[in-house]
Amino acid sequence: MTFDDFLLAFFSLEIVGQAWPILWTGLQQTLLLSAIVVPLGVGGGMLLALLSTVRHRLVRWPLMVWVDFFRAVPPLVLLIFVYAGLPFAGLEVSAIGAVAIGFFLNTGAYYGEILRAGIESVPAGQMEAARSTGLTRWQTMRYVVLPQAVRNVLPDLISNTLEVVKLTSIASVVALPELLFQARQAQSVTYNATPIVAAAVVYFLLLWPVVRLLSRLENRQLAGRR
Amino acid sequence: MAQTPPIVAAHGIHKHFGTLHVLKGVDLMVAERELVFVIGPSGSGKSTLLRCLNRLEEPSSGSITVDGIDMLSRSTDINAARQRVGMVFQSFNLYPHMTALGNVALALRKVQGKSRAEAEARARAALDRVHLADRAGHFPGQLSGGQQQRVAIARAIALEPRVMLFDEPTSALDPELVGGVLAAMRELREDGMTMVVVSHEMGFAKAAADRVVFMADGLVVEQGPPAELFGAPRHERTRAFLGQIERH
Ligand SMILES: Nc1ncnc2c1ncn2[C@@H]1O[C@H](COP(=O)(O)OP(=O)(O)OP(=O)(O)O)[C@@H](O)[C@H]1O
Ligand SMILES: [Mg+2]
Repeated sequence: MTFDDFLLAFFSLEIVGQAWPILWTGLQQTLLLSAIVVPLGVGGGMLLALLSTVRHRLVRWPLMVWVDFFRAVPPLVLLIFVYAGLPFAGLEVSAIGAVAIGFFLNTGAYYGEILRAGIESVPAGQMEAARSTGLTRWQTMRYVVLPQAVRNVLPDLISNTLEVVKLTSIASVVALPELLFQARQAQSVTYNATPIVAAAVVYFLLLWPVVRLLSRLENRQLAGRR
Repeated sequence: MAQTPPIVAAHGIHKHFGTLHVLKGVDLMVAERELVFVIGPSGSGKSTLLRCLNRLEEPSSGSITVDGIDMLSRSTDINAARQRVGMVFQSFNLYPHMTALGNVALALRKVQGKSRAEAEARARAALDRVHLADRAGHFPGQLSGGQQQRVAIARAIALEPRVMLFDEPTSALDPELVGGVLAAMRELREDGMTMVVVSHEMGFAKAAADRVVFMADGLVVEQGPPAELFGAPRHERTRAFLGQIERH
C-alpha cells in the first residue's frame, strides 16, 4: 500500500463529501440521545443521592444493592438485556425507550454516587444552621446543601457527562442511527474507512470544548485548595 | 421576674448517645429578658443541652417548652417553633454560596413566606443591627470571622426569635475580633433579648450575665448571679473549674 492509497482509504475528502449527509443525521441522533440520556441520568442520580441521605436501613440496603448492581453490569449488556429481555416480560420497548431505560439505570447509578459524595462533602453544620432557622429537611437540601454539593463535584459531573455522551454510541446495537452507526453504514457502502475517521473528528470537535472547560475547572479547584 | 412565665422551661432532660449518658436530668429555666451563661468543662454537655432546646438533638426524656410551646410534642410543628429559637454556632455556619443578605433573607422567604422585597428589607434591617449593612453584598468568604459571626447573629434575629442560643460564639475567632461579636451580643441584650450563652468569656459573663449556670458531667452543679458564682462558689467542682480557667 502506497502512502497515497493510505490517504485515500482513511482521509479521502471526496468520501467525506459523499458521507457527510448521513454523518450529519448521525450527529443529530447522537445529540438527541445525549439530550435525553444526560438529564435522565442526572435526574436518576439526584433521586438516588437524595435517597442516600435517608438513614433508614429499609432504604439503605436496597439502594446499595441497586447502585452496586447497575455500576457492575456493563452498559452494553444492560442495553441488550433491556431491549431484548423486556419483551419477554410482556413490555415492548422501542429502541430509543430501551436506550433511555438502560442509561437511566446505568448512568443514574454513576451520577448518583457523584452527587452523594457531593452531599457528604457539605459540612453537617450547614444542615444544622438551616434547620435551626426553621427550614424543612427538603428546603435545606434544595437551597443550602445541593447548591454546594453540585459545586463541589462539578468537575466529576462534567467528566461523567463526557463519558455518557461517548457511551451513546452503544445505541448502535439496537440499530439507532447515531453517529458511529451511520459512520459504519457509510464505511460499508463506500468500502472506505474515511467515514469512521470523520466521525472521530466530529466527536472530538463536539467534546473538546467540554474537555477544555473541565481542565480549567479542575485547575481552579486545585488552586482553590492551595 | 418570677411573675412572668419563663421563656425557656426545660425539666429533667436526659440525653443518651448510645451507651453514653450525656445529660443526666438537667433543669433550666430562663425568664424573659434574662441572660443566662452556661459554663463547664469540655464534654459536660453544654452544647448538647443547647441543641436539645431547639430539638436539633432529640432528648431521651424530659420536657421542654419555649414561649409556651411544647418543643418535644409530636403535634408541634417543629419548623414553626424553631423560628422562636435563634441559634448561633461556634463555626458560624454561614451558607458560603449566598451573600450576607442572602443568608439572612433565606428563612424569611422560605419559612416565613415573605416576598423577596420584604425579606430583603428585613434582612437589611437585621444586618444593620449588627452594623454590617454595608457588607450585605459580600459573600462569607469575603468577610472576617467576626463579621461572619455577626451575619450569623443577624440571620437568627431576623426571624424575631423569643430566645437566642449562643454556642461558644467567639471561640473560633482571633482575639482582636472577639470584641465586635460581644458588642453585638451586648446590644441585643440591651434591646431586651432573652439569651442563653455557652462561652468561656468570663469577663463578658461578669459584666452582662444575670445568672451563671455551672455544668459538669451532664448535671447542673450550681447556679447563681455572676458575683456569687465567681466570687463565692459553693461546690468544690466549681472552684476547681474556675481555678483552671483563671490560670489560662
Ligand atoms: N452526636 C453525638 N454522638 C455521640 N456522642 C456525642 C454526640 N454529641 C456529643 N457527644 C458526646 O457528648 C458529650 C457532651 O458533648 P457536648 O458537646 O455537649 O459537650 P460540651 O460541654 O459542649 O463540651 P465542649 O466545651 O468541648 O464544647 C461528649 O462526651 C461528646 O463526645
Ligand atoms: Mg460544646
